[in-house]
Amino acid sequence: MKILVAAKRVPDPDTRIRVRSDGAGIATEGVRFALNPFDAIALEAAIRLKEQGGASEIVVVGIDAETGVETLRAGLAMGADRAVLVREVAPLDPFAVAKLLAAVCRREQPQLILMGKQAIDDDCNQTGQMLAARLGIGQATFVSRLDLGPDQSTARCGRETDSGTETVTVTLPAVVTVDLRLNEPRYVTALGILRAKKKPIQEVTPAELGVDPTPRTRLLHLAPAPRRKAGVRVQSVDELLARLRDEARVV
Amino acid sequence: MNFWPGSATKRGWSERRPSVEALSHLLVLAEHAHGRLKPVTLAAAGFAAQVCARAGGTFDFLVLGEGVGAVAEALRTYGAARVLVADHPALREPLADKHAHLLAQAVGACGVTMVVAAASTYSKDVLPRAAALLDAGMLSEVVAVQADGGGFTFQRLMFAGNVLGTATLEGPVRFLTVRPAAFAAPASAPGLAVVEMLAVEAVTLPNYLTFQAREEKVSARPDATEARVVVAGGRALKTSQEFEQLVGGLADALGAAVGASRAVVDAGLVPNSLQIGQTGKAVAPELYVALGISGAIQHLAGMKDSRVIVAINRDPEAPIFEVADYGLIADIHQAVPELVDKLRRR
Ligand SMILES: Cc1cc2nc3c(=O)[nH]c(=O)nc-3n(C[C@H](O)[C@H](O)[C@H](O)COP(=O)(O)OP(=O)(O)OC[C@H]3O[C@@H](n4cnc5c(N)ncnc54)[C@H](O)[C@@H]3O)c2cc1C
Ligand SMILES: Nc1ncnc2c1ncn2[C@@H]1O[C@H](COP(=O)(O)O)[C@@H](O)[C@H]1O
Repeated sequence: MKILVAAKRVPDPDTRIRVRSDGAGIATEGVRFALNPFDAIALEAAIRLKEQGGASEIVVVGIDAETGVETLRAGLAMGADRAVLVREVAPLDPFAVAKLLAAVCRREQPQLILMGKQAIDDDCNQTGQMLAARLGIGQATFVSRLDLGPDQSTARCGRETDSGTETVTVTLPAVVTVDLRLNEPRYVTALGILRAKKKPIQEVTPAELGVDPTPRTRLLHLAPAPRRKAGVRVQSVDELLARLRDEARVV
Repeated sequence: MNFWPGSATKRGWSERRPSVEALSHLLVLAEHAHGRLKPVTLAAAGFAAQVCARAGGTFDFLVLGEGVGAVAEALRTYGAARVLVADHPALREPLADKHAHLLAQAVGACGVTMVVAAASTYSKDVLPRAAALLDAGMLSEVVAVQADGGGFTFQRLMFAGNVLGTATLEGPVRFLTVRPAAFAAPASAPGLAVVEMLAVEAVTLPNYLTFQAREEKVSARPDATEARVVVAGGRALKTSQEFEQLVGGLADALGAAVGASRAVVDAGLVPNSLQIGQTGKAVAPELYVALGISGAIQHLAGMKDSRVIVAINRDPEAPIFEVADYGLIADIHQAVPELVDKLRRR
């Protein structure tokens, strides 16, 4: 079984994000970039399936400018077999990414598509669901448990919902978007980095895929989100209670 | 307090005269559980009412499920023109393939220009799928909307709540989820919405998913997204008993919901559904009490719109104090029992 894993390059979750003074984007000087944490979890799940004999090949796919190569190399170093970079410098949105990924999937014909539930830069949580719809296949989102059925025609997925955990089976091929609790991604080893150098990264353009990547959404402007001001330090439980009662009037 | 620029009356909707073609027809996807309407649905309706009041147009509700008569009935008083209902055993579980299919069908059949739902795991599962079925785009977790000539601009948070983005959304239909806390329920309207039943042909529905089981923690406490007060615990809590005793104890004394940081969810002390933050739930109650939570940016993303924030933490340098209205530097093992005791004795 072939598994396709989507891999997005995003600012490392520990870096401080600042908006450029012209509001056209975030300041990238000094910002470390990394594989989207949820995509690392998706890739880890794919690697474990391969280690257990459930998968034969793992292809990581990124849609990005030149910089995407670095992220895909990280995925190859973790354990993917080969990579595809769809080169596009223009801004994209989940609608456009889903169209491009759908075209790659039609070429690659994976049985399972693993992706993050959300990219931690745009926080959209849409791409997997849109991809599944475009391919006319099933989806399981927010997945924190994943087991392939005995003949690999289905996957049994535990989903984290607002009210608790739900278990569904989904017919394969399908898109599975992963949640934080699915696994703990492994670290890249020196050997992994060495091996990754020999693994192929194929580059394609949207035009070669026959896709018009014009997004439906356009970001006009970014601004720092309104910040709260620090309030007061109270000295005791009594003072806290008094202020909550008389000043804030919430208890 | 309305924290979001533009969500209040400040921004000038009224100066703009909407053109006829800008008239909107919105569809609000309702959410329900155990035969009851989920209150977050009314935030989505509040958004729809705001759009209609300022740019012209009407909105309908759509209810998908089995045995949802009471839910449909409850939705009639909020100013919608119609409550569309697909009531069928095949819709009993909120499976995305079937629900998205019917949502897309309803949009196509009714000439809908905008689809909106409260941001939740259900709507995040269903809306993007329905959008893609219709070749439409989507914006998630919108916190404000402005009329811009004949069109609209929307505001939403990005980068773990650090950045407020202003965006447009083009295409045949606009899909969006809204942050429940950013929109108030519409005032109840004088007339009653008409209930219309939609025909469901089970054999034509997609069938990629099979429901197996649901593990729902039944709790007497309210859901954090709907509560007036939320008490949340962090890594300072070491066992689930301790969490229940201190966080649960204070929550009960305040009639509050409980929430948690990712650290305690990861440690297995509480279920995932309690996580507050960038990758959990976003809440904005009247009062948020953070017990032994450091205030990582990913946690703040889910609670910093609360009206009043209280933090109890023994580390004076903890970043949570930078957003707290009232900060108490103390050990929760001493401060919380004292607080509970004094609340109970009042
Ligand atoms: C991609 C990604 C997504 C994430 N999403 C989320 C999310 O949605 N929600 C979320 O919460 N986190 C999220 N995180 C994790 C986040 O970065 C932090 O690691 C997490 O919020 C820390 O939880 P905490 O504050 O409970 O623990 P810590 O940071 O360890 O803080 C514990 C605090 O308790 C205090 N303390 C300890 N003992 C006591 C005591 N006895 N009395 C009083 N105070 C005490 C300490 O001083 C400290 O400030 C995410 C991280 C990543 C990378
Ligand atoms: N440019 C991209 N390249 C590769 N994968 C992407 C890209 N954008 C989104 N994805 C995938 O879609 C998931 C959800 O992203 P989003 O819908 O933007 O929150 C991510 O976790 C990735 O797996």
